Amino acid sequence: MANAARNLEVVKPVDAPESRSVWDRIAASKEFQDLMATKKTFIVPAFIFFVAYYFALPVLVGYAPALMNTKVFGLVNLAYLFALSQFFVAWIIAGLYVKAANNFDRLAKDILDKADDNKGGK
Amino acid sequence: MNTSLVMFLVFIAVTLGITYWASRRSAGAAAYFAASRQIKGWQNGVAVAGDYMSAASFLGIAGIIAFQGYDGFLYSVGWLVAYLTVLLVIAEPLRNAGKYTMADVLAYRLKPRPVRGMASLSTLTVSTFYMIAQMVGAGALVHLLLGDKVSFNQSVIGVGILMIVYVVFGGMLATTWVQIIKAILLMAGTFLLSILVMSHFHFSFAQFFGAISQVTYHDAKGAVVVKDFLTPGLRYKPPYGPLDLISLGLALVFGTAGLPHILVRFYTVPDAKTARHSVVWAMVLIGSFYIMTTFLGFGAATIVGPDFIKGHGGTNMSAPLLAQALAGNIFFAFISAIAFATILAVVAGLTISATTSFSHDFWTNVVHNGVERKPGEEVLVARISAFVVGAVAIGIAIVLGPTANVAFLVALAFAVAASANLPVIVLSIFWRRFNTAGAVTGLAVGLLASIGLILVSPSMMAIDPPTVTGTARHLIQAKALFPLENPGILSIPLGFIGAIIGTLLSSEPSSQEKYNELLVRSNTGLGAEKATAH
Repeated sequence: MANAARNLEVVKPVDAPESRSVWDRIAASKEFQDLMATKKTFIVPAFIFFVAYYFALPVLVGYAPALMNTKVFGLVNLAYLFALSQFFVAWIIAGLYVKAANNFDRLAKDILDKADDNKGGK
Repeated sequence: MNTSLVMFLVFIAVTLGITYWASRRSAGAAAYFAASRQIKGWQNGVAVAGDYMSAASFLGIAGIIAFQGYDGFLYSVGWLVAYLTVLLVIAEPLRNAGKYTMADVLAYRLKPRPVRGMASLSTLTVSTFYMIAQMVGAGALVHLLLGDKVSFNQSVIGVGILMIVYVVFGGMLATTWVQIIKAILLMAGTFLLSILVMSHFHFSFAQFFGAISQVTYHDAKGAVVVKDFLTPGLRYKPPYGPLDLISLGLALVFGTAGLPHILVRFYTVPDAKTARHSVVWAMVLIGSFYIMTTFLGFGAATIVGPDFIKGHGGTNMSAPLLAQALAGNIFFAFISAIAFATILAVVAGLTISATTSFSHDFWTNVVHNGVERKPGEEVLVARISAFVVGAVAIGIAIVLGPTANVAFLVALAFAVAASANLPVIVLSIFWRRFNTAGAVTGLAVGLLASIGLILVSPSMMAIDPPTVTGTARHLIQAKALFPLENPGILSIPLGFIGAIIGTLLSSEPSSQEKYNELLVRSNTGLGAEKATAH
């Protein structure tokens, strides 16, 4: 798909070829590719994990009510504890994301600094 | 009851003061629509939480738990988890690449007029439906909280006028601060109420859960029932209950990140990093709040009891009645005032997102092709449309009346946000091949599928006994064609499929050429809108 897009860009004239090429150049740069790869490594698994963990709750409560009604501490059942754990899991994922995102910011800053240098040079 | 009125008036006076202060600072479009992008991270986080914790959450969820136990708490979970989608996928790209609305991100590489037109239609649908639900609720509630001194119609008009004043004169800055004050009050009130519930049980969880395990009440036939309220399945019963719950979860997880009144908040902060921090702040507040619904809901079930609540205003009065039982009339008045503040702040937030989309997307960019003919026109149009939206919402709420069956409107707002808005935002950011035809079909299919499925769902179709009259009756008196109240499980895939098929059936090289620009902008913040000085 990416190749097809590049071919089309050559054929089709663009309004502002200079500014266009700046974006394309950044998008193709190693720094930007690194940023995208780093982001993907965190965001994709984190997203899949939270969606799976969250939907396990209604699925189990809906289709295995007897299991979920097992008492764990005194009168407190598994269903309540599992629901409560969702809050802490969500907070932990958010915390891990913020930590990971500091790294994204660092990578993005290099790209921004470089882009500013280029502008200055023109 | 007079104490309630005094507290309502204090809140109104403070918020009008803020509106006056904001009106003297608001000059220009960035100031009016985005509070000059100078809202701090924590402030925006509190405001996002405030926008989200509506009266439906505060009073509604406490009520569902008080009557149906655990299943109500299950409701609470999805509302927090949904913010992970906002945090991981939406908030930062949106802030980096947009200006005032979600359509800004779509218009980057697609043809602006058709895309903004459809996006604006979808935004207005979500906001006005949600608002009508809030207004009808507000009227009934204010009437209930203040007693017979204020009628339903007077309550609706009062709430409507205040919301118009906040938005027309104060813009985003006033709306944000009203939201912040309300969220702080709501958190404080909920926290106090939770402490009082635990002190009632001598701070012993064993006693608290002991009481929850044997809630006693009379069922519809008048027989005495003793139930363990921690047992799942009191609300979502087979055969369709579990599926409805999953469908609701999908609407929350995908819909929250498509709610226009939440999305506009990310334009009020200086940059993407601050937007990220504001989501985290919001998650801390929203999570704590929904965990505390355990104490509110189960507290109302055990201390007040479903029988008493039923006889004193119904499910929505669970939290205020709990306050009254625990600490008397002054605390009842305080909790009522918080509920009132919640309604006012949320309708103001909805109004500003609707008017921003109308004036920025529809008026300036669709009707006038992206040219503001006179300086200040966009803001002027927004102010006029806030007035119109407010007046229309007042009118519809009065026509529908206090007993109208409006719960489906909230489900509809989330369904449209999840099935129409989210697919096109996500595909626009992540799919190079995506194009204008895809965005327009995705929005149209998502919107129509949500509305269509809700029309034939049990919320709209059912056979009422003759004792149910007027607007409280279901619109179509027949057995529902679609068995779920929440259409997400079907309408979200339809929205995505519509967007994908629309894209594949057409070719638009320019949208692919500009993809790199959107990709770089949304991921690095290069060229993002900056905060403006006052």
